[in-house]
Formats: sequence, structure tokens, C-alpha cells
Amino acid sequence: MNLKTSYLGIPLKNPLVPSASPLSNDKDMVKRLEDAGASAIVMYSLFEEQIIHENNALDHFINNPGNINAEALSYFPEPEVYHNLHAEEYLDQIRDLKETVDIPVIASLNGSSKGGWISYAKNMQEAGADAIELNIYSIAGNPAITALEVEDIYVEDIQTVKKSLHIPVSVKVSPYFSSFGNMAVRLEQAGADGLVLFNRFYQPDIDLEKMEVLPSLDLSSSFEKRLPLRWIAMLRPHLKCSIAATTGIHSAEDVIKMTLVGADITMMASVLLYQGPAVLQKILHEMTLWMEEKEYESLEEMKGAMNSASVSDPSSFERANYIKILQSYRLNFMGKL
Amino acid sequence: MIKQNNGMNKMSDEMVTLDANEATAYIAHKVSEVIAIYPITPASTMGEWADEFSMAGKKNIWGMVPEVIELQSEGGAAGTMHGALQTGALTSTFTASQGLLLMMPNLFKIAGELTPSVVHVAARTIAAHALSIFGDHSDVMAMRMTGMAMLCSNSVQEAMDMALIAHSATLESRIPFIHFFDGFRTSHEVQKINQVSPEVIRKMINDERVIEHRNRALSSDKPVIRGTAQNPDVYFQARESCNNFYQACPDIVQKTMVQFAELTGRHYKLFEYHGPEDAERLIIILGSGAETVHETVDKMNDNGEKVGVLKVRLFRPFDMRSLIEAIPETVHSISVLDRTKEPGSSGEPLYNDILAALHENRSESWKFFYQSPRVINGRYGLSSKEFTPPMVKRIYDELKEIKPKNHFTIGIRDDVSKLSLDYDNTGWNAEKGVFEGLFYGLGADGTVSANKNSIKIIGDNTDNFAQGYFVYDSKKSGATTISHLRFGPKPIRSAYLIDKANFIACHQFKFLNQLDVLKNARHGATFLLNAPYHENEVWEHLPHEVQQQIIDKELRFFSIDAFKVARKNGMGTRINTVMQTCFFAISEILPKKEAILLIKDAIKKAYGSKGEKILQSNYAAVDNSIENLFEIKVPKIAESQLTMRPPVPLEAPDFVQKVIAEIIAGNGDDLPVSAFEADGTFPTGTTCWEKRNIALDIPVLEPDICIQCGKCMMVCPHASIRMKAFTGEELEYAPETFKYMDAKGREWPENTKISIQVAPEDCTGCELCVEVCPAKDRKQVNRKALNMAPIEPLLEQEKKNWEYFLKLPEYDRSALKTNTIKGSQFLQPLFEFSGACSGCGETPYIKLITQLFGDRMVIANATGCSSIYGGNLPTTPYTTNKDGYGPAWSNSLFEDNAEFGLGFRVTIDKQQQQARELLLQMNGSIDAGLKNEILNADQSSEPGIYEQRERVAQLKAILANAGTHEARMLSSLVDYLVRKSVWIFGGDGWAYDIGYGGLDHVLASGRDVNILVMDTEVYSNTGGQCSKATPLGAVAKFAAAGKRVSKKDLGLMSVQGGHAYVARIAMGANDMQTMKAITEAERYPGPSIIIAYSHCIAHGYDMKHGLKQQKLAVDSGYWPLFRYDPLKIEAGINPFQLDSKAPNIAFKDYAYNEMRYMMLSKSNPKVAKELMLQAQEKVNERWRIYEHMQSVYEPDKKEEWLSNNADVDN
Repeated sequence: MNLKTSYLGIPLKNPLVPSASPLSNDKDMVKRLEDAGASAIVMYSLFEEQIIHENNALDHFINNPGNINAEALSYFPEPEVYHNLHAEEYLDQIRDLKETVDIPVIASLNGSSKGGWISYAKNMQEAGADAIELNIYSIAGNPAITALEVEDIYVEDIQTVKKSLHIPVSVKVSPYFSSFGNMAVRLEQAGADGLVLFNRFYQPDIDLEKMEVLPSLDLSSSFEKRLPLRWIAMLRPHLKCSIAATTGIHSAEDVIKMTLVGADITMMASVLLYQGPAVLQKILHEMTLWMEEKEYESLEEMKGAMNSASVSDPSSFERANYIKILQSYRLNFMGKL
Repeated sequence: MIKQNNGMNKMSDEMVTLDANEATAYIAHKVSEVIAIYPITPASTMGEWADEFSMAGKKNIWGMVPEVIELQSEGGAAGTMHGALQTGALTSTFTASQGLLLMMPNLFKIAGELTPSVVHVAARTIAAHALSIFGDHSDVMAMRMTGMAMLCSNSVQEAMDMALIAHSATLESRIPFIHFFDGFRTSHEVQKINQVSPEVIRKMINDERVIEHRNRALSSDKPVIRGTAQNPDVYFQARESCNNFYQACPDIVQKTMVQFAELTGRHYKLFEYHGPEDAERLIIILGSGAETVHETVDKMNDNGEKVGVLKVRLFRPFDMRSLIEAIPETVHSISVLDRTKEPGSSGEPLYNDILAALHENRSESWKFFYQSPRVINGRYGLSSKEFTPPMVKRIYDELKEIKPKNHFTIGIRDDVSKLSLDYDNTGWNAEKGVFEGLFYGLGADGTVSANKNSIKIIGDNTDNFAQGYFVYDSKKSGATTISHLRFGPKPIRSAYLIDKANFIACHQFKFLNQLDVLKNARHGATFLLNAPYHENEVWEHLPHEVQQQIIDKELRFFSIDAFKVARKNGMGTRINTVMQTCFFAISEILPKKEAILLIKDAIKKAYGSKGEKILQSNYAAVDNSIENLFEIKVPKIAESQLTMRPPVPLEAPDFVQKVIAEIIAGNGDDLPVSAFEADGTFPTGTTCWEKRNIALDIPVLEPDICIQCGKCMMVCPHASIRMKAFTGEELEYAPETFKYMDAKGREWPENTKISIQVAPEDCTGCELCVEVCPAKDRKQVNRKALNMAPIEPLLEQEKKNWEYFLKLPEYDRSALKTNTIKGSQFLQPLFEFSGACSGCGETPYIKLITQLFGDRMVIANATGCSSIYGGNLPTTPYTTNKDGYGPAWSNSLFEDNAEFGLGFRVTIDKQQQQARELLLQMNGSIDAGLKNEILNADQSSEPGIYEQRERVAQLKAILANAGTHEARMLSSLVDYLVRKSVWIFGGDGWAYDIGYGGLDHVLASGRDVNILVMDTEVYSNTGGQCSKATPLGAVAKFAAAGKRVSKKDLGLMSVQGGHAYVARIAMGANDMQTMKAITEAERYPGPSIIIAYSHCIAHGYDMKHGLKQQKLAVDSGYWPLFRYDPLKIEAGINPFQLDSKAPNIAFKDYAYNEMRYMMLSKSNPKVAKELMLQAQEKVNERWRIYEHMQSVYEPDKKEEWLSNNADVDN
């Protein structure tokens, strides 16, 4: 079966790509993923804010207790050179992965400042990354900032990064825009070579014992794929750039569905964390069986076969869909009575 | 770090700005193969530099990176040095004071075996009636008999030069050297000096001698035996066999000095005379004081006097002939000055040598003097006491007298033995063209680092010579720093503090109320003030005394709101950049524009690698500073109604008023000898009089939310939040804002009220109490029962509330459940307001112990943080209850604390036994019932002890009336009939390293002592050097690349002895277990050891999270809590109880909250990752061992084992 696809202009042997997760932190694990069938790997995210915070803390806690006591002029031996103030370790890992595996390596960058975006992205490119995934992560909680202002920030960020790179750039975003369809097009126009739909946030929880807010992230469930599924279905006809589906992709069925609505690749993490790399082989095998059964000869053939432009009732992906579900529920409920 | 020349230097291409410790370490590192180190103030930084040089891969002159190895004590360092020397390595070490004493036995051996080597010493006072970290020659003078050559440096430049001369001469002469300079005054003085180039160093070391040294090494390839035992027949002769080497040595040193001069142009002599050829009066001296004398001599001779100074450089071997030859024949009176005291001697060491030389000159006739010189001896400068030109002049004046005073002291007022010379400190001015600046700052505001930076800027970019010296107070939180900066066209010889400054900067407005900062302002000087006021309002906020001095001295007065500028630029309370910019803007040392460029350049060097953001905010702060700096127009009359605050409240006791207050006010130098007890005794409980006011925010109680759990009191490191229970009637005269609550719980009688009160002037604002507070407002969970609020509007009302609170009666101890957290926190802390760091992790344990047992405890305290915050003047924190009972405290040494405490126990047991026997023998006069009750009293609980105290009081009264000799004898011992609690306090440096042998012995002694190890996992007091308690993967000094082996498990090792009660505790993880362990340990009739997790500033995070980190340490399994109680074995109960649960977080989730772990991931991510994995494995492994331990001791398992092995027994 021909499962070949193309993402950000890079040909891939199949649509299965492990998304940004701690798995990519381990070279051996990445090798195992490749062996199990992964067609590319997205590295865990480099958080610019985190780096800046750590560097400031380093400066603060090394220098501030200094020169306050006659017996202890300082409390730490300060090395002459730091090797990882600017994420050198991450860059080393890119180099390392490039040597270890043959599949494309996509670096992931979560930045906040303009200067930072460019310098880190450039460094990643120089270290050998095949592409960069910009993980633009912000909660628009400030009531003084308008939707347009938020959107402009995204657009500017992409434009700035694109200008300084020659490798392709994808953008991973959340669905929380008032007009996501328009936003997606703007992202593409700004230069994004691909969209990764969607980002999952750390969702805070509450510890009832301590009465404290807990930052947490639960692994996804298959159910959650419905959100990207709908949006990819709706947007595919309007976008030329690549689309990666992510969130809630756990099985061959999920991959098939995403491909049918038009995703070029499907990204997964939770299922790999649950079940290990071998699940990739299983998914590929089951996909192949299904495609054979449905007499598809290649993935390309199947791609987008059920997007909003290809289904008989495009509105089924839109609001009407919602009403129908509610109605059907009621019917069910009545029926049982 | 040795800075490379940046090409902008105008004087020479080899000028560097550094202190003597760095200068010395630079040389030692270049010419050593092995360096054995151990931290001790003020020598620690030499070891730190050597370690950092090796860590950075810097090589010695043979192209190798020297091996730097840390030992468990100076004794260990000397032993390792001896061994390394005997096997042929070029070896050196660094030390001071007690450390040098610990090296002494090996120094005899090293010298006896003619082994070339150098011990670099930052000479420091040896502890006698008191410890002192400061400088004098008592340590090096104690080494005179060892056979070590002794070479002295008088300045930072000389420290570098003599270090090399010592290393070169030791190889040539085979005599090992002590190279020394004055601790702090020279070791920590920053000077602009010429750096000896590696080429010169290379030329100064003769490889032939290196090879000879190697050829003498012990080797199985050509074996010899060294270190034999000799008998009366030969020892004497063999000991005399080294004489020729000692005779040759001075000449070798002089030749080495000549060689050095040829290479560098800097000339030195064994005895260096400075002054006119026809001088009449002479001072002979060694050390930094010689430079002050040199400076004075020049000025006096300019005024037509004929005085000279002889600087002694090579003190051993003492070359009498060279000395005599260096003295002008016109000299008729000599004063020999010693910076040490040898009580009961015929004179101090140098004096006796000079007398001997002059005497021998009479028979040997090396030199003819017109008039046989009269010689007097004087002591000066003990413990870094100031030694100034007026004092020098006074000594020269004394030498004019027909009968000058001999064995005098100078610099103090001795109204007891009348030995001191009076002197007039006024009328002496610095040389023209010398800029003298004083900067008053707080440790945390960056003043000292800014000044060090300014010296480098001026040193590197102008023709000026530069000197910086920094005075710190002895507190670890809210410490005041005074920076003394001199700049001038000639080398600066002034080895004393500035007392007439032409620039004074006060970086903290509140100092104006506490310290006379303008006392040392010269007429017409410039005064820069950081004031939180608009420029039009600054003047009216100044105290009257300050206004008057500004007017009288016609000062130029500038003001800036530096905190506003710093905050605006995201720099918090760090005002270093702001104040530095202002200094350059108005001092005119450099053109303003150039100075600003240079500051920015320095900022770039310091922060450039740490990101653009830090850089930009610093740049912006520089620019904003100039905009916010204003010259204040000074009115003609001082109209301020505000006055400076007295150093202690007027109601303080007499001794506190007369002595302590003077020390607090900075006038300690003026106190006469008679102010002090001759044996070093001081009253306790004096911190309560020193109101430091260092908190910016204090906790505020919300009584409606408070659940009265007592946790806030328990964790407060400074005992500045307290809880009392009292009856409602007591509230009659309470201030309006005094907060109280109805007592919660059935244990309280009706109408019991509870108050939780903060001591606003003693709180340091650390926030631990707020962090630990578990009570939250149900309607708004961010509102706790305690919340921090700015102190300013609360201060006056809370001062009144605190005063009122103190007057409320203490609750009856015997009515409290003192074994609970809550109950214990109604007990009065007998350890309060120490100078420990804000948020200290050690002091809450000490405070808790004093609450529980303080009224009957004696404490032996190892040297370290706990001895400094526990016993450093001016004020000390151990205090008494209303009956006058409280902890008695003493510090012996660093290395012997366990044994010291054991001595307490042995005495107490013996005296109790004597008292019991005497009491038994007292027939008739004492009621048999009382006698019986006393002898058989149950003192296992608070009420039991209370009752025994009452009985003993009765007995005392009877004895006082008896009037017999027996009664008097018993009277002197009777207090021992009340149970005493012996505690041994110390840190991990003591318990794991230097004092471990003694600790081990005391644990095996079976005697009833209680040991508290406050484990901060580094040598905190000396700045965070690695100890055997330092965890794997953490960075510490001497483990800059991360500790590679895991922490020693002192807990398990102590358990395995089998006789001691052992507990590992962490208050922040489980306060109840802490409570239990302390109570059980005290009750245990044999030795007990408690290892307490103590978060520390040296871990690198905000101390307010200390308790959380303790919890994470336990949750990760890194710090398993346990108690091992041998008594339980008898009762058939498992003596080993694991008190914490299996790990539920990864080690890294605990570790990476702390900079000590995090920084390795920044400096060496690969190694960091590897060590973190190993650390996790170790945590897992240890946890398995602990789980296993628990089952090992389970009684049923023991029976099972016995039944399984029954046939073995048969």
C-alpha cells in the first residue's frame, strides 16, 4: 500500500508523526519510533520564556547573595562559561537526532519575544532541523486587547520568522479565535507552510484538599479528535498549505478519519505514551487493511475525500451538525421510555 | 578571575585589579601539581580560586592542570600535602588561624624532612577568650618552632610577588615556606597591581630543583624509608643535620628577590629599610602595618623629622646579621611592633628576636651604632584593629622620651593595666590628589559589588591606582556594608579605613537614623543620598544631626530615589547600577560621558551572556539614573525636628547601654579595656535590645480565619511571631489595635484569649509564616490567616502591640500539651532575633528546642553559621525566661564540638553524683522527707522538673542558713539535682567532615547528650563549599563541576552503632515527626543524634519556599524521615520507624527548583543529565535500603529468623 504523503514540502513515507512530547528527549526512543514506522519526528518544545526565566534566576541567585558577609563573599562557584544559557542542549539534541535517525526532524519553538523567535529559530535551522514548528501559545485573557490585535501578533511572528529562515515553518495554534477560518487563511498568507491543528493547553485544575490551583495536563482521549476533525474538514478546501492533525489521534480509525477530511499528516503523543512505539506498526497495519477493504491504492487518493467540499452535505460540519446531535439524543431518550 | 588586559590600559599592559587571595592563588596554581584545600575564613577564597582555575582547565607552567583536592579538615589537607610531597609532587595549600594550628604537626614533619612546599596563610586571630575571623599574626607566630621558613607580604602586590619568591626559594633551599599576609586587610583588599607574567614565573622556577625534588620521592623503584623512630642515642644529632640548610636559606631568598627584581623591576630585601640614612628613631614591623608606617614616615620626614621603618619580610630563618646591617647606625631608639599577643612572655616574638640580634651584634660586631639603640615593644592591630598614621606618629613621639613606655599597646584605651599609649586621631590628612570615598549600603542592595566594579573601571581605564576595602557587619540578614575606596596617582599604602572622605554615599535612607554616616565627611565633601522622596522634600526628612553636619561641613548634597529607578527598570531592590552611575556622574573621577560608556561596557561583560532583557534593563537604569539625580539646595539653618534614634532603647540594662549600644553604634573602638570581663563572659539575651527594622513587609494576622495551629510560630526563624494564651481580664489595658481571639479547643478554661503577635522591628520579612499558614478564607482563598503587608503604616501600632504582648504573662508550662505543635508554641522561645539569614532553615529547630528544654539546657556549638548567629557580638540571641533560666552556650572549636559537649555531660553527671552523695550525708539538718523526694524525683516530664526545682529551692534556703562547710559545698552543686539537657549543635561540615571522628566517639560513649546536626549540605558559613553531606549532582564550591559521589548517610551510619537514638527530620515535610524526634531524643538516656534538613541561602532559591522544598525532598525519597529508638528493642517493638511514604515525585522535580542543581544544567548539560540519572538511582537504592531496614528490625521477623535458625543455635 502506498502510504506516502508530503508535509511542508517534505516527502514522508506515511502520515504518522509523533508530536512534540517528552518522547523526543530520548535519542533511543526516537530511534524506536522510527523503527516502528514514524515518518518524521517533532521534538519537544523549546520554551523561550522558560529559558529567559531560568537565566534570570541564575543571575539572581548566584549574584544577589554575594558580598553580604565577610566570611562568604559568594555562595556558588561561577563557571567561566555557560554552555546552555541559550538552549545549546536543545541544539545538540537536534544534531544528535539527525545523526541517529533518517526521518526528518522538526524542531518546535515556543517563543514570546520577537528577537528570541528569530535567533532561536535560526540556531535550530543551523543545527540541522528539517523544519520548525512554531508553537504559538497565548491565552488572550487581557480584556484590553482586541481580537484583531491578538491575530496581528500571530501574523507578525510568522512573517518575522519566515523572513530569516530557508527551511519550512509550520504553526501550531489553538482553535480559540472568533473567526478561525479567516485566521487560518491569514496564517497561510503570512507565510506558514503548514498548520498544526490544534494545540492542547495546560488546563488548570483545583486541589480540593489544599484549596489550590493545580497546573496539569491530562493525556488526550480519542474523543478529542472531533475538534480538529471538523476544522480540517471545513478548512481544507480553502488552504493550500499543509495541514497536520493533532489531538486525540489514538488509532488507525482516527488516522483514516483525519486523512479523509484532508490532513496531510497525523500527529500523536498520548497514545505513544500509553502504549509505546509499537502502536505505530499496529496503526499502519490496520490502516492498510481498511484501505485495501475500501480499495484505496494510496493515501493521496483518500486524502480529503470527505472534506467539506467533498461530502454531500457540507453543512454537516457546521452548525446544523450541532442541532442534529441534540435532536438525535432526545429521540434516543424518548425512544427508551 | 584574572582579567586579561583589554588594551585600554594606560599604565602598563600587565595591570590587574584584584585582592591578595586571588593574587596568591594565581601564583600557587601556576607552580603546583597538587593543591590540598579546606575552607577557613579569610583564606577560603584562595582555595576557591585554585579550584575554579583547575575547573576552567587553566594550566600550570608545565602545561598541566593542577589537581585540587578538598579534605575533611586542615589536618587532612596537611596530611595529604605531606604525602603528596613525599611522593614527589609540588604541593601547596592555603589556610589561616585554627586551620594552621591543625596543620602544625605535619609542618614539623614537612620541615623536618626538608620538603620544599608553600603554605599560603591569610593570617588570622586565633580564638582565645573569643573567636575572631579578622587578622593578626597570632596564628603564624605560633608556627615559629615548626622549622617552616616564614615570608611576609605587606600588600596585595607583595602577596603576588612573595608568593612566587616563596615557591622559588623553597625549591632552592629545600626549606618549606609559610607565606603570609594580613587576613582581610590584605587578603580581601582590592588593589590595582602588576601581574607577574607566566614567562616570569617560568623563569623563576628552576626545573633542575623540580627534578631533584622528584628524585627524592618515595618510590618502590628505588625504595628508602623516611619517618623512622629514633632513640636518645641518635635523634639529637640527626635533628641537627639540617642546620646548614637553614643557614643557607636567607641568602637564597635574597638571591631569589634579586632575580625577581631583574625580571620585574620590583626590588625586595629580607629586611627592607625605608627612611633617611641618618634616621634617629626606627620602627621595626611586619605585615600591612609596615605600609602605614612607610606612609607616615614619608610625611614626618617631609616635616623635618628623622624617622625610619624597617620592614621584616623573611621572619624565619631569622638572619640577624642582615637585620642589623639594614639599620642605620644613627638610630638610637627602636620600637618593635608585634601584631600578636603572647601572654606572660618577656615580650612579643619579633621584639625578642630584635633584642637577641642587637645583643649578638655586640659580640659579633657586624655593625657599629653611634649610640646603642634603646628598644621598646608594642602591640597593635589585634583582630584587624585599626592601625593608623596618628598611631604611628605617636609611637615615634614616644621614642623621643627619655624613658619611653615599653610593652605598650596602641589603638586601644587600656584603663586596667595602663599599657596603652594615648594618641590624637585628628589632624592627619590623606595625600593630595587621593580620592577617598565611603559608601554605606545593605548587603542585599549590591553596593559592594558595584564598588568592586567601579574600582575595576577606574583601575583599568585611568592612570590612577585604586584600593577597595569592604567592612561587613556580623549579621547574615540585613547586614550593613561600608565600602572604603581610594584612588590616586601613586601606589596606595594606606592599610587602614578612611576617616576623612571627600565622597560619601548613603544607599539606604534609614541609615541616617541609625548611623552617623557623615561623621567621616571631610569639609566640602560630596554627599550622595538614596532617598525615597521628591527632591523638594528630601531636606525636611533628614534628621537634625544630618542637616547640621551638611551645613557645618559645607557638603555638596545630591539625592536620587534609586529604588524608584531600579523598580521602574525591573531590577527590584538592586540599586547597584543606579548608585554606581550617580557616583560617576558627580565624583568627576572620570568624564561623565566616558564613565557612562564604561559602566555600560561593564554591564555588557557581566550580563551580556545572560540575555538581552537583563542587558537592556541595566542600560535603561543607567540612563534613568542621571535623569533622576538632583543637587539639593542646602538651607542655612538646620530646622529638622527629627533626631537620630538611640542605638538601644533607654530602658535597656546598664551593660547594654554602656557596652553593647556603643558597639551597635559603631563606637566599639572607643570602649576601654575595663568594659570587658577578663575571661570573655557576656550576658545573654541581648538581641532584643537591637531593633534592626529590616523587614519591608511583615505578616498581618486575620483573627477570624486563624485556626491557632501554631505552625507560623514554629517555622519563624527569628522568633518574631509569637503566641500567648491569657484570660480576658488581661485585655483591659490593651492598645486599640491589639488583636486577639477566643481560644479554640476544649483544653482551655473559659474566657481564655489567644494573641498572635509580630515583633515588627525584629521580623526580617522572610514570609515562611505566611507560606506555612494552612488557614484560608473560605470565601477568598488567597486571603490566609497571615498575609504580608508593607510595614510602614503598621510599624508604630505594632511596636505598641508587641510591647503590650511581651507584658502579658507566660502561660503555665505544666498546663500545656507541650508534645503537640500547638501546645509547644505557647512556650517562650529562649532563642530570639538572631542575625541568621532571613528565612534560615536552621534556626527554627534551635528555637523549638529552646522552647522545650531551654530553661535547663547547656549548648556546645560547633563553629559555623550557628556559632555566628548564636554568639557573634554585638548582640546574642540565647535568652532567659522570667525566672532567669535559659540556655548556657559556648563554642569551643569547629573540630571538637561533640567532645566539648560530652565534657559538659561528664561534669554534670559527676556533679550530680557528688550532690546526691553530699545530700545523703547531710543528716539532721535536712528533713528526711525532702531529701527523699529530691533523691527519688521523677523528672521525666515538665511538672516533675518543676516540682524538683521547687524542692531544690527549698533545699537551697536551708543550706544558706546552715552555715557549715558541708552546706556550702552542697550549695555549690545543688542545681545539678535538677535534670539538665546537654545539646550539641553544629552543621554538616562539622558532623560529616571535620568533627566526625569525635562525633562517632561520642555516639559510642553511651552518655546522655543530644546532637542536632543542621544539615545544609554545604559549609554555609564560609560560602557554600562542598562537604560529605553535599548531594550527588549539586554544584558547590570545590565541586564546581557537580558533586560526583552521593551524600554520606550519617543517619544509617549512626543507626548501625546500635546505641544511639537516631532521627532524620524535616520540619517543612512533617512538623509532628520533628516534634516527636526532638522530644524522644531528649528523653533517651543515652546519646541521640538528629539530622535536620536545613534549607539554606546556599541552595539558590527564594528562602520563602524553604518548607516546600523540604517537603519535596521527602516526597522524592531523597530525604527519608525516620526514627530509630534502641529502647524499643527491649520492649519488643521495632526500633526503626520509617516516617515518610514511598517516593511519589521524581528527584529532579525537587532538585531543579534549586540553583545548586540547575546551574550545572546551564554550565554542563550533558554531565548534569548524567548526574541527575545517577542521583535518581541512588535515591531509589537508598529507599530500598530504608524499606528493608524497617523489616530487618520487625520483632516478628526476628522471631521468624530465630525459629528458622533454631538448629544453628543448637
